[in-house]
Amino acid sequence: MSGLSTYQPQNAFLKWFERRLPIIGLLHGSFVGYPTPRNLNYWWTFGGILSFMLGVQIITGIVLVMHYTPNVDLAFNSVEYLMRDVNYGWLLRYIHATGASAFFFAVYIHMFRGLYYGSYKAPREVLWILGVIIYLLMMATGFMGYVLPWGQMSYWAATVITNLFSAIPVVGEPIVTWLWGGYAVGNPTLQRFFSLHYLLPFVIAGVVVLHIWALHVAGQNNPDGVEPQSEKDTVPFTPYATAKDAFGLAVFCIFFAWFVFYIPNYLMHPDNYIPANPGQTPPEIVPEWYYLPFYAILRSIPNKLLGVTALFSSIVVLAFVPWLDTSPVRSARYRPIYKWCFWIFVADCIALGYLGSQQPVYPLTLIAGVCTCIYFAFFLIVMPLVGLIETPRPQPNSIADAVLKKAKSVAAVLLVGLAVGVAGLVGLVGSSTRAAAQEAENPPMQKWSFAGPFGTFDQAQLQRGFKVYNEVCKNCHSLKLLSFRNLGEPGGPAFTEAQVAAIASDFKVKDVNDQGETIERNGRPADHFPPPFENDAQARQVTGGALPPDMSVLAKARGYKRGFPRFLIDMVVPYQEAGPDYIHAIVTGFSDKPADFTLPPNTYYNKYFPGHAIGMRPPLTDKQVEYTDGSPQTVDQYAKDVAAFLMWAAEPHLDARHRIGFQVMIFLVVFAGLLYFTKRKVWADVH
Amino acid sequence: MTTMSAAEPTRRDFLYIATGAIGAIGAAATLIPLIGQMNPDASTIAAGAPIEVDLAPIAEGQVIKVFWRSKPIFISHRTKKEIDEVRAVPVDDLKDPQTDQSRVQAGHEQWLVLIGICTHLGCIPLANQGEYDGWFCPCHGSQYDASGRIRKGPAPLNLAIPPYKFVSDSKIQIG
Repeated sequence: MSGLSTYQPQNAFLKWFERRLPIIGLLHGSFVGYPTPRNLNYWWTFGGILSFMLGVQIITGIVLVMHYTPNVDLAFNSVEYLMRDVNYGWLLRYIHATGASAFFFAVYIHMFRGLYYGSYKAPREVLWILGVIIYLLMMATGFMGYVLPWGQMSYWAATVITNLFSAIPVVGEPIVTWLWGGYAVGNPTLQRFFSLHYLLPFVIAGVVVLHIWALHVAGQNNPDGVEPQSEKDTVPFTPYATAKDAFGLAVFCIFFAWFVFYIPNYLMHPDNYIPANPGQTPPEIVPEWYYLPFYAILRSIPNKLLGVTALFSSIVVLAFVPWLDTSPVRSARYRPIYKWCFWIFVADCIALGYLGSQQPVYPLTLIAGVCTCIYFAFFLIVMPLVGLIETPRPQPNSIADAVLKKAKSVAAVLLVGLAVGVAGLVGLVGSSTRAAAQEAENPPMQKWSFAGPFGTFDQAQLQRGFKVYNEVCKNCHSLKLLSFRNLGEPGGPAFTEAQVAAIASDFKVKDVNDQGETIERNGRPADHFPPPFENDAQARQVTGGALPPDMSVLAKARGYKRGFPRFLIDMVVPYQEAGPDYIHAIVTGFSDKPADFTLPPNTYYNKYFPGHAIGMRPPLTDKQVEYTDGSPQTVDQYAKDVAAFLMWAAEPHLDARHRIGFQVMIFLVVFAGLLYFTKRKVWADVH
Repeated sequence: MTTMSAAEPTRRDFLYIATGAIGAIGAAATLIPLIGQMNPDASTIAAGAPIEVDLAPIAEGQVIKVFWRSKPIFISHRTKKEIDEVRAVPVDDLKDPQTDQSRVQAGHEQWLVLIGICTHLGCIPLANQGEYDGWFCPCHGSQYDASGRIRKGPAPLNLAIPPYKFVSDSKIQIG
């Protein structure tokens, strides 16, 4: 990394060292003395944010590997035990899982910034292509990481994505078999994905070094797109860019922490809390949000080979952008036509993302087709043509000039508004289509003590909920991931040690005695809840066909579609209670079937169950479970209590998460405030 | 390229120091979960609960090995001869001076309960071997007597005694 290093060590040892390995001088030249254009705006802080996120992902990833087991039989449970038993395990995993989304969010901002300000143009073509390579590596890494928890979405994402390669003529099938290491996605696939998921981040880090090297050779682009000409146009990286980047990063971390602590499951799919089942595809398969636009492109073309080709082309085309754009002007600030096209392109990408999350039904398929055409038209038609026909606005002579004549762009605000508007319109069309196709009613939203950033579990309610589970649910539903000792842990039902021991000893647990015989003994606090049935086949025999699901993570494994625009509001007014709402609705949703509905044998009509025919008979009746604290002994109250208990079972550290989240938020707000004033002080004599 | 001027040095310096200090606190706090996660997790701690061992099947002169908290625990049913031998040794001659009386429970002198890990570097000593009728560590040749006291070799300390109590005359609870 070049940069004019003026580093002159004073200390005798440093002089000696510098003559032998000039690394301090290199770092000094790259991150201290390095001249940066003085007009960089906050969109330029995302480079630093991305480096930070790569570091976060690598550090938390290394930690997660200390507790994860890459084996089809153990992977799901090892992730769950990480969340339950390991000190701060829940925090580290939520940072890593949410961090992937934050990483992609930042990279998209970074890429759109490059497209808007023409950062790919000469002499920065190689810099840009290295960026495209990093993005491709990120996609591969993110995908393989998503497979590791070995939930339903993991398994089926692995199946669908690897099958993309089967579209290749002739060699497609052998390639897919090679990727799997078997006849289907299985243990060999999981183990190689794990290995590669560990490797690729370090490859990314290597390419990032090249990316920064190339950046420091060509110098940074800037919002006005004119090269710095004199010292007046630049400021040294430290303290100027450092202070600005630090403030930008702190603000970014506030949003990141909001997701980690208050809506960690917002971006996850409930189905991924169901262990992988190679025999059943979930009714709706959607990739992680950051792949949705490409997924929409894939589905918009009703031909396998063409669809896959379009998917890969939509990414590869990015690498050719430096030569597709014919305009000599870099910044869209001075390109009146390109600027509009850019914002239409942004809206198009958001629309594709939304369409990718929806069921492919008419007219959404048609809209997706149009959006795909717009996507490619932007690169293949707009970029070459606009450069030829557009008359650019006069560019400033130098960066210093541009800073002095700072023009406020109202148009930009209007254009962002337009982009959001278009995306919203597509959303409305989408949700109205869905509403028509929808068959099960949405569960009514209940009031939960654990909802919201300050929510905590109500101990009395959890104890009542456990009573309902213990007297009713446990006859069919296992609670495999929980141990009796969990019932006494803080933040849960908080039974006393004696109560836990008494509860445990009521259960019969299988063990082996000194003579090697299998015996049944009374449970101890460290034992897991024993399952009610020997195996799935016996369970089906007893219940008459349906398999009662394990209840350990049920409250996170169930949910319902929130629809547009509610899913957006859920981000701001945290809503993470879809699972308990659904469980409450199912328990209370039994009724007589409508006259025109044919109920299959051994099923019962339930208003809220998808398809309405549920294999579980109405489990509870009024007064069935005796409450000693005076709470109403009604099905509705039982349902609420057991749903709250199951939410605790699925998320035992929720109280700690909310508490630590509040502390982190306070810290970040104070820190960001201090950094803001620091940045202002540092920049005071430049502006 | 102007660097910071000397105007208002105190207020500016205070701001920088405050920002740096808060940042350092944040960085330090971040280390808590990263370091804490390597400590034993809740299931490991729960599995370390006390265990009960029935002494009835252990014949005189026999040593058995059980596991508590993943550590081997030796339970030795000592003979009269062994007890007399170890009690005859002058305590002052020992490397880690301890009487045999202080290493067993009064009224249960025949029962010696030890953590079976050599105090040198953690290997498991072999029972009924060595020159002192006790244990011999195959790794570096430490020798212990029938009271588990270090008599010869590089180990610095006697074999440790785990916490245990007699639930009845023929049953102990370790832990």
